[in-house]
Amino acid sequence: MTTATAQHGEHGFWTTHVFSTDHKTIGKQYLTLGLFWAVVGGLLTYVMRWQLAWPETVVPGWGEIGPETYNALVTMHGTIMVFFVAMPILLGAFGNFLIPLMVGARDMAFPRLNMLSLWVFALASLLLFISFFVPGGAAAAGWTGYPPLSAKAEYTGVNWGMDLWILAHALEFAAFLMGGVNYLTTAIAFRVPGMTFSRLPLVIWQQLTATTLFLLSVGPLIAGAVMLLLDRQIGTHFFTPGGGGDPLLWQHLFWFFGHPEVYVILLPAVGLVLDVLPVFSRKPIFGYRWIIASTIVAGGLSFIVWAHHMFVSGIDPRLAMPFSITTILISVPFAYLMFAMIATLWRGSIRFDTPMLFALGFIAMFIVGGLTGIFNGSAPADIYISDTYFVVAHFHYTLFSSVFFGGLAGFYFWFPKMFGRLMNETLGKLHFWLTIVFFNATFFPMHNIGLAGMMRRIANPLQYDFLVPHQWINVVATIGTMLLLASQIPFVMNVVWSLVAVRPAPKNPWQANTLEWTAPSPPPHLNWGEALPVVYRGPYEYSVPEAPEDWLPQDRVLAARAR
Amino acid sequence: MSQVATMHPGVEPAESPLTPESWGKLGMWIFLAGDAMGFGTLLAGYGAMRYGSADWPSPYEHLGISLTAFMTFLLICSSVTMVKALEAIKLERPGRVKLFLCLTILGGATFLALQAYEWTHLIQGGLKIFGNPWGASLFGTTFFIITGFHGAHVTGGVVYLSTILTVVSRSRNTVRNYLLTEIAGLYWHFVDLVWIMVFTFIYLL
Repeated sequence: MTTATAQHGEHGFWTTHVFSTDHKTIGKQYLTLGLFWAVVGGLLTYVMRWQLAWPETVVPGWGEIGPETYNALVTMHGTIMVFFVAMPILLGAFGNFLIPLMVGARDMAFPRLNMLSLWVFALASLLLFISFFVPGGAAAAGWTGYPPLSAKAEYTGVNWGMDLWILAHALEFAAFLMGGVNYLTTAIAFRVPGMTFSRLPLVIWQQLTATTLFLLSVGPLIAGAVMLLLDRQIGTHFFTPGGGGDPLLWQHLFWFFGHPEVYVILLPAVGLVLDVLPVFSRKPIFGYRWIIASTIVAGGLSFIVWAHHMFVSGIDPRLAMPFSITTILISVPFAYLMFAMIATLWRGSIRFDTPMLFALGFIAMFIVGGLTGIFNGSAPADIYISDTYFVVAHFHYTLFSSVFFGGLAGFYFWFPKMFGRLMNETLGKLHFWLTIVFFNATFFPMHNIGLAGMMRRIANPLQYDFLVPHQWINVVATIGTMLLLASQIPFVMNVVWSLVAVRPAPKNPWQANTLEWTAPSPPPHLNWGEALPVVYRGPYEYSVPEAPEDWLPQDRVLAARAR
Repeated sequence: MSQVATMHPGVEPAESPLTPESWGKLGMWIFLAGDAMGFGTLLAGYGAMRYGSADWPSPYEHLGISLTAFMTFLLICSSVTMVKALEAIKLERPGRVKLFLCLTILGGATFLALQAYEWTHLIQGGLKIFGNPWGASLFGTTFFIITGFHGAHVTGGVVYLSTILTVVSRSRNTVRNYLLTEIAGLYWHFVDLVWIMVFTFIYLL
């Protein structure tokens, strides 16, 4: 505890709750910022969906929507949900909270760097928030920011908004780079005795793989963002064909980052689900080592699939085939992960508590998204469905299921540890059932209208004659969205109720094995008292015949036969 | 119920072969891996744009090699003095530590001064970030971006090494000094290595 305690002389209100270097506080701060952005991103969907269902009407509570405003809405919705909700919650909150607790560390390896990471992210959030209110409005070139649209202010009518968008991204990447250095160093160097790599909980493995993917892929996009900023501000021509630049270069840079990025979001969610499933099945995880191997293989493959986002962008058609092959190939490790999850349930004594419901919801919904991914990944099919609502349905079934079902499984599961309070099960179950029903009501129809030819990012489907007969599908999806948003009311009530009405959580409310459950709820500063736990076994030893109960914590020695 | 470690709480044992002292080294390696991808992309993007351009000016005609070759030599020498500084810490000879760290910093600073001179010279000769008289405008753009990005790394390195010099010359903790210098050395050798790539791709090829 040489450097760790030296940096931990924090007692006052400000250093304990605001400018804290404690990984748990930083995790909660990331969670708060992520939830704030989730509300903003969610409210934008209300405006967008109203416009799509009843174009040319006034959106109640907002006003009339022109195509320019719609472009800004769809851009900011994508940006917010991917970079300001999914990443801070799945990586920032769960990574910060869980990694030290699960490997048995008292804090992150570099606590001050960790705090800097949070505050740089907060600054990025502030810039993005300001961009809504500057003259010209927020960025409107799509969440992918394709040039030439993004490279010149006159194309979208957005000047300041786009520059702030680029800066917010650059800062957010810097924040997660700092976080990533911390995550990897902590999980590699700070494990307690006995916590070998083959005893590490899978959520940590997934966090580490995701962080590695992020660290290795983000450099290109930072370089790209600098080039885009220079194109806009001092008239260079990286991406503008008029001056000899190449718009496709941006697409390569963006997706070389962007495809690993979707796994940066997916893998931590998979990790949360993988850690919830054995606890509520009372059964070891199926194929622990193969899950790790699949994750690493998927991570490696994610670097050589990026051009499948560009099948209709004008790349050399000879490139399409190899990228189709790698894309279909990457479904093999993910199929293994899904089978391992289902096999973990097989003949378990399943407890249907709220975290488990959300974990099961993740499996069911993600498989739908995984299957549509095969259509998108094969170039001949994708030429037809590219940039339609079929793709929108696909990435909501994958990303929404990760962030929402995976993230909420983790949220309900670790809430007692994070805040020391139990949540209300009835409200939790109500939240789950409403969410899964209206999630499907919102996104399943998008497959149909996508196959009917409706393009992404259009402000008014009724201006195309061939879409007019299908407009009822848009109305169904919009009503689904409204109800999906309303379905979050029980969740908000539950969180507020749990924090206000004090139902203190015991140390280990779910009878789980991993190390964080050996610390008090919520864990104090430096997590454990005088001594750190010592690990004797893997994280998923449930229903072991020799053990007195059906769970066997990682730090327990069996009296009769120590293994 | 749960078994806890009976060892002294002041010891923070790590399972891996990495000692607690090497956390910083690991962190630096992780950072460098990400940074290498950034440089890699800049060079790959440069290659793609140059390959796709019909009127790319010939670099050795317009950029000049001899000064840059000297700059490269200087940077390699500063890597050697960096190694010598680390060796001197091991041998516990503080005078030589200070001398070699100063030489390394001097090498970096001279490199930056020469780069500033080179840039001024080229800008006066017509090479601008948004265009040049000889052909593809991206020739100038990529040149300034890539050498500038590297120059920013050298600037960071000079500041970083100056901090290390101050810390090391005030402390008698040989183990800590060695680690701090070794980690700074990792960064410095990386910047040196990247320059050799930049020199090859931007100036020579």
